Amino acid sequence: MAAALQVVAVLAGAPLVMGGMRQVRARLEGRAGGGIGQPYRDLRKLLRKQQITPQGTTVVFALAPAVAAGSTLLIAAIVPLIALGSPLDSAADLFGVVGLLFLGTVALTLAALDTGTAFGGMGSSREITIAALVEPTILLAVFALSIPAHSANLAAIVSAAMQNPGQVFSPGSVLAFVALVIVTLAETGRLPVDNPSTHLEVTMIHPAMVLEYAGPKLAVVEWASGMRLTVLLALLANLFLPWGVAATDPSALGVLLGLAAITVKVAVLASVLAAGEVFIAKLRLFRVPELLAGSFLLALLAVTASSFLATTTQ
Amino acid sequence: MTTALHNSPTVPALGEGARAAPPAGALAWLSGGLTAALGAVGVALGLSVIFGEPRQLRIGWLLPLVGVRLDLDPLGGLFLVATGAVSIAVGIYAVGYAQRERWARFPLAILPLFVAGMLLVPAAGSITTFLVSWELMAAVSLFLVLSEHRREAVRSAGVFYAIMTQLGFASILLALVVLSAAAGGDAFSTISAHVHDLSSGTKTTVFLLTLMGFGSKAGLLPLHAWLPRAHTEAPSPVSALMSAAMVNMGIYGIIRIDLQLLGPGPNWWGLTLMIIGALSAVFGVLQASVATDLKRLLAYSTTENMGLITLSLGAAILLRSSGAPTVAAIALTAALLHLLSHAAFKTLAFLAAGSVLAATGLRDLDKLGGLARRMPVTTVMFGIAALGASGLPLGAGFVSEWLMLQSLIHSPADGNTTLALAMPLSVGAVALTTGLGIAAMVKAFGVGFLARPRSAAAEAAQEAPASMLTGMTLAAAACAVFAVAPALLGPTLRQVLAVLPTVGGHAAGPQLGTFLRLPGVGGSLSPGLLAAALIIAVLLTLGLSRWGARHRPAAAMAPLWASGADTLSSRMQYTATSFAEPLQRVFDNVLRPDIDVEVTHFAESQYLVEKVTFRSRLADPVEQRLYTPVIRAVNAVAEWVRGAHTGSVHLYLAYGATGLLIVLLVTR
Repeated sequence: MAAALQVVAVLAGAPLVMGGMRQVRARLEGRAGGGIGQPYRDLRKLLRKQQITPQGTTVVFALAPAVAAGSTLLIAAIVPLIALGSPLDSAADLFGVVGLLFLGTVALTLAALDTGTAFGGMGSSREITIAALVEPTILLAVFALSIPAHSANLAAIVSAAMQNPGQVFSPGSVLAFVALVIVTLAETGRLPVDNPSTHLEVTMIHPAMVLEYAGPKLAVVEWASGMRLTVLLALLANLFLPWGVAATDPSALGVLLGLAAITVKVAVLASVLAAGEVFIAKLRLFRVPELLAGSFLLALLAVTASSFLATTTQ
Repeated sequence: MTTALHNSPTVPALGEGARAAPPAGALAWLSGGLTAALGAVGVALGLSVIFGEPRQLRIGWLLPLVGVRLDLDPLGGLFLVATGAVSIAVGIYAVGYAQRERWARFPLAILPLFVAGMLLVPAAGSITTFLVSWELMAAVSLFLVLSEHRREAVRSAGVFYAIMTQLGFASILLALVVLSAAAGGDAFSTISAHVHDLSSGTKTTVFLLTLMGFGSKAGLLPLHAWLPRAHTEAPSPVSALMSAAMVNMGIYGIIRIDLQLLGPGPNWWGLTLMIIGALSAVFGVLQASVATDLKRLLAYSTTENMGLITLSLGAAILLRSSGAPTVAAIALTAALLHLLSHAAFKTLAFLAAGSVLAATGLRDLDKLGGLARRMPVTTVMFGIAALGASGLPLGAGFVSEWLMLQSLIHSPADGNTTLALAMPLSVGAVALTTGLGIAAMVKAFGVGFLARPRSAAAEAAQEAPASMLTGMTLAAAACAVFAVAPALLGPTLRQVLAVLPTVGGHAAGPQLGTFLRLPGVGGSLSPGLLAAALIIAVLLTLGLSRWGARHRPAAAMAPLWASGADTLSSRMQYTATSFAEPLQRVFDNVLRPDIDVEVTHFAESQYLVEKVTFRSRLADPVEQRLYTPVIRAVNAVAEWVRGAHTGSVHLYLAYGATGLLIVLLVTR
């Protein structure tokens, strides 16, 4: 039940997160902004538009948005956002979740290549380069997180963190958190890796890939990228600060509390992220690998720190 | 490197007479049918051994002095099943391929012999039988590689393959002779009984020599150079057999000799395997991600996957000796499962590449494209293979890579510094391999099959005939089993693990049910459930995107945006080279590309460019650094020895007589 609620919450909340972040940025930059509800209005507008198929594209182009959105929804059903004990929890651990995330990325890169336009190829080439370099960091961070829990299953990691709250401030945990923040930024196409609101094609990564989408398909793409950001922020929050996550078989009150907790956590994280974006510029594309190499090093330190600390305490 | 090949004997002319007339359909049916039938026998025999009693067979008269000795146990059975299954798919495929590609008679006729050689290797029960079948496999495969020996590239690949495979054989021969002399027996069972008497020096010698020999067969670094040549230039069914079945024999050798007979080895054996495996995996996938030749890309991907398997085997040794037999069993299961799934997806990938090659005559990804509309079935097949090779969920390689990662993260934390450093670095290596593997496979599929054709040949491509499609469908079905129902392989792997006690095989291995559960450590996965849930989620999304459909005008087609130009030409597309350019730039220091940019200006002005010539060449850096000096040294020695060859018959007779005298003196 909680898992279904998670899916619905992510579906419904994703535009809100996007709208909120844009509004925070707008206000900090001295603009009025479109209002928090603007993404909902955009989606409604796009969903009512004509379905346009670019000539020469195949089923890959047509299905990719649904695969990207579907894989994100599945992640929302698996990870413990509101409550522990999703029925799918033992079907996929954190490695499986990372795999699903990449499945969505790959679907969109293939769709971009399918168009055969210059920008499609450019976007997908850049996206896949970044994805390839992000993968080592993510998996090492998963490794670091799984050491205290002795498992890579999400419920185990989150409940281990709940039972031992002080562990959040251990060196391994802090390093893993920083590494995961960097890769979350890279995977969701935020500054400083990619600029989600750019209008300059040559600097684009994600927007270049989806340049050929229009109308309802574009709505799904936008929705999917919003959901991706929401799920990853929520997962990040719960992996390190699992306060308020309801236990297995929760009561209605527990679910409500969990929902409120995750809403607050995501709102805070998203606002901080948006505020931070005001002050930084996009990195040059070939400086991004340096950033990712840095995050890889942090993750490696996280793993060695946690395993050596685990060794000495036993 | 070609300079080194001048002195080598010229390639024997194969099937000279046969080329005039294309092979009759009958020969294609006979050879393909025989290959598939042999494969079926292999599968049946393998399964009967895995689930039944070990079988033995002695044929005293077939080999002088020792006779042929075949001992089948579950480990050999597993490799019989893998080889056999690959052969079934390839045999059926070869029927159509031989007719469409006018494969010469001689190589076509010896195709079943190659399969027979590969089936004999894991069945061999004694060193002599093992070596004879190994050499049969190596020699026949060389003739098969040379099928199109009229082309210079094929001859060069053939010489490379011949030299490396024979050097590897010499190394294995030496190792096994040392082993047999020290243990006082020819049969594996005798050696196994006396292995405790061996000194550690002998064991180390045998380990290093076999690692070199078997490593070169498995395409591990630094002895991988034959792989991208031979796999690329051989006819595609042969590439599939070599890449999906023959390289496995290298892994089989390492498991049989180093892990089972000599094991449990010291820790540094495990570490050596892990380092070689990790280097091969990362180097192989890096080369694959920048390769523009479709079959070369697949060949480097083989190096990558064999590297991952070797890494897992090394981890199993290390974990076993660190007192974690259950985790070692996970690592071993991961290695064996990855070996099987690699056989499935690599067969499919090479067969699909062969179908593209047959339809277009092209392997160059920069000239392919647009095949999704022209060869839909082949495209779907290659897509399944690429998904498997990239290790993503729903792909054939996902479960085994997941097991691999689980075995690496669950190492015991008992103050073992070696493990505490080796395991995170291995996770990093496996993760980088997976990440770059995704890039390589997206490039192969996205650039090669989607978008618009980049050449007239790709534009005129036509779908492959039915028998080729049938062969590919069988391999695709195997991929599907690995992707969603690895539970079917659970009992088989349990039986095989039971005969490998030296690497934790007797411990409770992972349970491969609907849910994969790992005993002793917390971890579970259900690939089938995950696939079903993903399909439901995608359908749900499709349903949700119908929202507002009532208000929409009728759907329409529209031209793609041509970046402001009048029409979109296929030259505006990204090619494989440009797709991989960012990666090439990031890994500049490792890949060391050779890039020339020449800008020609108009005579009137230095500011107007008349034309720009761009040339980029990616050579294998290991080859350049390691092989070139060796080849140069061999050439120098050969030059020096040539001084003795004056052409005088008397002198040659004197050499012969002296040689004979020396032999007589030595053996007196």
